[in-house]
Amino acid sequence: MKVVIMGCGRVGARLAGLLDSDGHSVTILDTDATSFRRLPSTFQGTALVGNGLDQEALKRAGVEEADAFVAVTQGDNRNVMAAQIAKHIFEVPKVVCRIYDPLRQELYSTLGLETLGPTTIFAQMLREKLES
Amino acid sequence: MYIVVIGGGRLGYYLAKALLDEDHEVVIVEKSADFCKIINDELGGVCICGDGCETTTLAEIGTGRADMLIAVTGDDEDNLVACQVAKHKFSVPRTIARMRNPQNEAIFKKLGIDVTVSSTNVIFEHIQQEVPTHSLTHLLTIRDRGLEIVEIKITPEAIAVGKRVRELSLPEGSRLTLVIPEKQKPRVPTSDTVLQDGDRVIAVTPPDAEEALRTALMGS
Repeated sequence: MKVVIMGCGRVGARLAGLLDSDGHSVTILDTDATSFRRLPSTFQGTALVGNGLDQEALKRAGVEEADAFVAVTQGDNRNVMAAQIAKHIFEVPKVVCRIYDPLRQELYSTLGLETLGPTTIFAQMLREKLES
Repeated sequence: MYIVVIGGGRLGYYLAKALLDEDHEVVIVEKSADFCKIINDELGGVCICGDGCETTTLAEIGTGRADMLIAVTGDDEDNLVACQVAKHKFSVPRTIARMRNPQNEAIFKKLGIDVTVSSTNVIFEHIQQEVPTHSLTHLLTIRDRGLEIVEIKITPEAIAVGKRVRELSLPEGSRLTLVIPEKQKPRVPTSDTVLQDGDRVIAVTPPDAEEALRTALMGS
């Protein structure tokens, strides 16, 4: 499948590496070219400098033909906006975004966005560790 | 009216000031404590320091009873999210967002933001009006009807010079609504009105017929 990832931080870079080694076609976007140093040296996909909130940059990244779009920048609002553009403008079949703020995550889940909230998940995992 | 303004930059400050002058109840939400202090010193305690996208901040200032929320931070994504939170969490009846990138209009509309204002487009159109070589100027957009009001300046070489309105091949949906001759009073054109060099024509048109309208009057 063809995947576009927005944000080449630790999570974005790692996910890009994993999907790439699984044989998927990966394009990763970041506004800062130095972020791409995080990609594994074996990475075969495309690394593109660009802002995922810019529809032209998304088109260049091939979002129109993408099967999936993942938004994992540091900004909740950036992730939410890019994910909604991918879903509602480019009609990407699978869109996932990270939202740190649990309240915002809850809101956007009810609005039909597929969201992952590291804050809630990680706090629960820590609790399990401590209470076991 | 109770109006919540997100973003206490220059735009938020002057907007709040104008709304206060019109006797509205206004609260500004601004992230920077320094900006908050300046605003509160000048306008009285109207500014809350916080993130306008946070449900808790918006709950504290009673957004649930707000008649309107206007998001004017410098970041499109923050304005979008503030409006969406206001709409879906607090059922604010009217949300207005400022956009830096005019391209975002479609997505903002699709996501239910009631009014969008593109600061880039507004400035661009004002400058465009002052550039005499440009023959068509946008004056106003009637968004809910998908129409634009434009002004076209008839130059000596325009094909419409000396022609009656009915002789022009205007695109479907475009109407000439007012003709402002150089030295006479404005008049509402009929199909017999003859256009002259120097006339300024005000027309209503769907945006996609804009170029065809320009060609019908000016030639290609």
